[in-house]
Amino acid sequence: MSVIPAQAARETVPQQRRRMSTWERLVEREAVLAYLFMVPGALILLGFMAYPFFLGIYYSMTDKVVGFASFDVIGLLNYQTLLSDRIFQTTVANTMIYSFVTVPFKLVLGLALALVLNQKFRFSRVIRAGLLLPWIVPTAISSLAWLMLFDSALSPISWVLRDWGWIESNINFLGSRENALASLSFANIWRGVPFFAITILAGLQAVPSELHEAAALDGASTWQRFFSVILPVIRNIVLIATLFSIIWTFSDFALPYVLLKGGPGSMVHVFGTLAYSSMSFDLGQAAAIALYQFPFLALFAALLLRFIRSEDS
Amino acid sequence: MVGSNTFLQRLWRVYLPLLFFAVFLLFPFAWMLIVSLKPDNALLNTDINPFLPIGMTLNNYRYLLQDTDFLHWTRNTMVVTVGSLLVSLFCSVLIGYALGRFRFRGGNIIGVAVFLAYLVPPTLLFIPLAQVVSNFGVYNQYWALIFTYPTFLIPFASWLLMGYFRTISRELEDAALVDGATRFQAMIRIVLPLALPGVLSAGIFCFTLGWNEFLYALVLMGSGTMKTVPVGVVSDLIRADVYFWGSLMAAGILGSVPVAIAYSFFVDHYVSGLTAGATKG
Repeated sequence: MSVIPAQAARETVPQQRRRMSTWERLVEREAVLAYLFMVPGALILLGFMAYPFFLGIYYSMTDKVVGFASFDVIGLLNYQTLLSDRIFQTTVANTMIYSFVTVPFKLVLGLALALVLNQKFRFSRVIRAGLLLPWIVPTAISSLAWLMLFDSALSPISWVLRDWGWIESNINFLGSRENALASLSFANIWRGVPFFAITILAGLQAVPSELHEAAALDGASTWQRFFSVILPVIRNIVLIATLFSIIWTFSDFALPYVLLKGGPGSMVHVFGTLAYSSMSFDLGQAAAIALYQFPFLALFAALLLRFIRSEDS
Repeated sequence: MVGSNTFLQRLWRVYLPLLFFAVFLLFPFAWMLIVSLKPDNALLNTDINPFLPIGMTLNNYRYLLQDTDFLHWTRNTMVVTVGSLLVSLFCSVLIGYALGRFRFRGGNIIGVAVFLAYLVPPTLLFIPLAQVVSNFGVYNQYWALIFTYPTFLIPFASWLLMGYFRTISRELEDAALVDGATRFQAMIRIVLPLALPGVLSAGIFCFTLGWNEFLYALVLMGSGTMKTVPVGVVSDLIRADVYFWGSLMAAGILGSVPVAIAYSFFVDHYVSGLTAGATKG
């Protein structure tokens, strides 16, 4: 500690003290000010997140219908009914397929793109920015592009494949459950690759270049270098990106809604779209559908929290 | 660098993979642009090559701007996005500052709570939220979204700002306190200016997230002329399975422009924000 600040303190602080009221002195204490700083955000999060959450639990145990004031508490009946509902069962399967099957593709392509972008080449900043576009453009809007790319009559994909003689007639991309799930997943992978790439790229830039050079001097091949030098460093960030992506895909709405709205025979719903479509006639059951997501989300949130904390320390 | 960098090697390692990713990731945008510039008769004729820009026209754009509510939607989206951005930044600077710089009981738990709040998806809450919003009497009004968007903007922005505030040295602040500044003055005059890049990152992120949001906008502000761009485009431009592809794609291009501009000016801030969630703690 130098002398000058202490002198300054002796001169100025007493003057300051005299002018301070009890309130002002209280606010000078870190803990008090910290809690005061939480108030505006806490009010919004409590009013529009915590309160609706508990209200949702309550609604899910009633037979509330939109437009009718009176309703009864019916316990867990909504949850029970759903378990034997064929559309709901399919929805669970769809959501699982959608959020897990897409992961390895996003991961491998994203990792590959990150490794490519991590090299030096001309215009790399502009190219990097451009390739992130699928992630930043409104999903509802890019989903419309995919809606047309998957159109049964106008799809340019079908046109090209027909032109090359690979197929006889147009592919009905959204016409069956299998096709629709595959198309939906494809569009999701397209949207997710840039997120994986940019996140992994941030991790790659933390790999010291001396490590590469040392490994190369030792005669390590590209693959050996990847597994023994790069992978250990980016392992955690890859896991974190994967968990984020699973949570977001699991609770997705815009893409499956715009592309399918439930699809043929309501067989291609995910949790979000099924809850939305039930909302207008059976609010209680819709609330239960949405809440069925909770245990899954809680599990993945807990995993994510663990990795983030281990990254921290 | 170790090893020789022949052109052939560069071709395999850089240019060909880049070409592949550029085609894969940018093709849908190119397609939107082509379709938005085509007249309907060329669009619906499946015998001609759909990639050829035949009879280019701006009619789709003219139709969109003159005969639909697109400009209304744009204004709505702007109001809602900027409004929720300001509310969120105000709350998040305070939370991020307290979590990043003050030592106090319960600080860790609140930090974890903020992170968990970030993971709560709109699909979990939209049903009861619609009731809450109509109880407050703001259903189908700007306030409905200005107050609900912060539920996902605040957690993210607070988390990001917390990391930024931590990186700023405490000594500067201590010196100001010793000089007789109150804690609040020290924050406004000393720390906040230094954290401006972080605030900018948070702001740009809030802007793109707000502009892109779909579910809350659909459920809480989805009737009449109150729609936002994503909701209006999806629900008004598609009528009873009749697709006006030309104007739909024109709307897609125009609706993406504001985020694309905001993003292109602040790419580095955006990228540092995107990765902050995963790299900073």
